[in-house]
Amino acid sequence: MAEPVLALRGLRKRFGGLAVTEDVSLDVAPGEIHAVIGPNGAGKTTLINQISGVLAPDAGRILFLGRDITRLKLHRRARLGLARSFQITSIIPDFTALENAALAAQAGEGTSFRFFRPAGKEAGLNRAAMVALEQVGLARRANTPAGAMSHGEKRQLELAIALATQPRLLLLDEPLAGAGPEETERLIGILSLLRRRYAILLVEHDMQAVFALADRISVLVYGRLIATGTPAVIRQNAEVRAAYLGEDDIPLAAAPC
Amino acid sequence: MRTLAKEAPALLVLGALAAAPWLGFGESWALTLLARAMILAMAAVSLSFLVGGAGLVSLGHAAMLGFGAYAVVILDDAQIVEAWVVLPVAITAAAGFALVTGAVAIRTSGVHFIMITLAFGQMAYFTATSLSGYGGDDGYTLYARTELGGSRILSDRLSFHFICLGALTLTWLVCRMLLASRFGRVLRAVRGNPLRAQALGFSPYPYRLLAYVIAGGLAGAAGFLFANATEFVAPAYIAWQRSGELLFMVILGGIGGLHGALLGAFGFVLLEEVLSHQWEHWRIAFGVLLILAVLYLPGGLAGLPAQLARRRGGG
Ligand SMILES: Nc1ncnc2c1ncn2[C@@H]1O[C@H](COP(=O)(O)OP(=O)(O)OP(=O)(O)O)[C@@H](O)[C@H]1O
Ligand SMILES: [Mg+2]
Repeated sequence: MAEPVLALRGLRKRFGGLAVTEDVSLDVAPGEIHAVIGPNGAGKTTLINQISGVLAPDAGRILFLGRDITRLKLHRRARLGLARSFQITSIIPDFTALENAALAAQAGEGTSFRFFRPAGKEAGLNRAAMVALEQVGLARRANTPAGAMSHGEKRQLELAIALATQPRLLLLDEPLAGAGPEETERLIGILSLLRRRYAILLVEHDMQAVFALADRISVLVYGRLIATGTPAVIRQNAEVRAAYLGEDDIPLAAAPC
Repeated sequence: MRTLAKEAPALLVLGALAAAPWLGFGESWALTLLARAMILAMAAVSLSFLVGGAGLVSLGHAAMLGFGAYAVVILDDAQIVEAWVVLPVAITAAAGFALVTGAVAIRTSGVHFIMITLAFGQMAYFTATSLSGYGGDDGYTLYARTELGGSRILSDRLSFHFICLGALTLTWLVCRMLLASRFGRVLRAVRGNPLRAQALGFSPYPYRLLAYVIAGGLAGAAGFLFANATEFVAPAYIAWQRSGELLFMVILGGIGGLHGALLGAFGFVLLEEVLSHQWEHWRIAFGVLLILAVLYLPGGLAGLPAQLARRRGGG
């Protein structure tokens, strides 16, 4: 296998007495969608927070493109090409969709200590922003204030922002969260278009989406990875089935192949 | 066309000021009043750049004004009155103070930022009261106004009017340009959603600190004019009440755009002038009016036309 884009080695995190990340090691290969699933409170968001730099792990290492980034700050990691979406939509509400994406493009290109030219008139940034908006099907809404968009559109914009930074790795924390059935379908379509073009770590509750999109799936339960494998392998895994038993959304059987 | 409509209020105010000497405001008392309003508007615009643009609510902005004014005083005492020397010193002093205090203050946010800027402002105030060589508490009267290339152009009332107007216009243009630039876009993004901005790769600190220093320098230039307008500088001019007034002008005018600060400053100064001539206890009425403005003008004076249009449309 090619050198992984992201490699976690023995990551640990505790909140007080609660072990939320317990000795987690996993890889994301170039062009791969690696999904992380697990019940509520399993520690998925906490894991993403450690990878993106919002939280510092207690132990273990995070390697990004072969470089140890465990101690780097959030904004430095972003500079290296690590983009994330948030489980709870995180956009800049008083910017238009275009300006949100243009800001992201600006982050990925050159310095922002420029004072004279109006940023809104920089054709290069606007073009990159439009490409990202087109990728998620929001081009027609480019001039809508982000705060005035529907929930589903905000989820799409969240993706466009991540894409516009020209990332090397996408960390997506429940991109489908709170989306209605139609929006979900659209978002899954968008994600499948991103497949192979980006390395993606996908946290998602929607099993239909996970089994349709993922090349590999890791299952996180109480902070511990209990299994990693292809969708077919995970579906057969007894431990995984046991972990999900008793939940309403016993998703593994329901998911079509 | 749309930009022109958006800038109409600011252009209207600036245009009216340019014509004011010939519209019945040519007498010395009127020009004095307008100069005061323009200088405070300059400080208010630079504060609005911080509050509305960068989300930094400073309660110590008067100290920047003070550094500019006291630079004039100290140089006047040393018989240095050339504007090409005095003005850069005034701006650098204020920007330098902003850099040193901002380096600490910007590490905090919200209420803590307000408190720490207030504390630094009071430190500057008490330092000014202790400058016994420059009148201490009682203040210092300038020997003469600053000269420009040896000419006494600042002493001519009409010229001074247009110098203040030019300075105000320039301040407005600079702040406007900065807010529209890449730099300003990052500032606005950090204000709107700091975590998102960081996750995109922007560390808020250097952007905010630079904004704080720039605003400080602009207020320092206003302080330079302030000292020349009154030919007298006292610590009371830069006490925290002044910072509060500046913040009030910004909020009264509306933080949705820089022109709000222009409207707020003129609204404030004119109201103060009118009321203080009517009634001995005018500050009470003033306070009530200001409270009403905050309660019933959510978008400030700048938001008034839209608010009226909505009411007419709705009712
Ligand atoms: N800052 C915090 N301090 C203390 N405990 C926390 C903190 N953040 C999360 N937790 C706890 O850590 C555990 C894991 O939380 P996390 O948000 O990572 O779960 P998750 O897998 O993303 O859940 P969900 O599927 O609901 O999004 C939970 O028990 C949560 O209550
Ligand atoms: Mg979560």
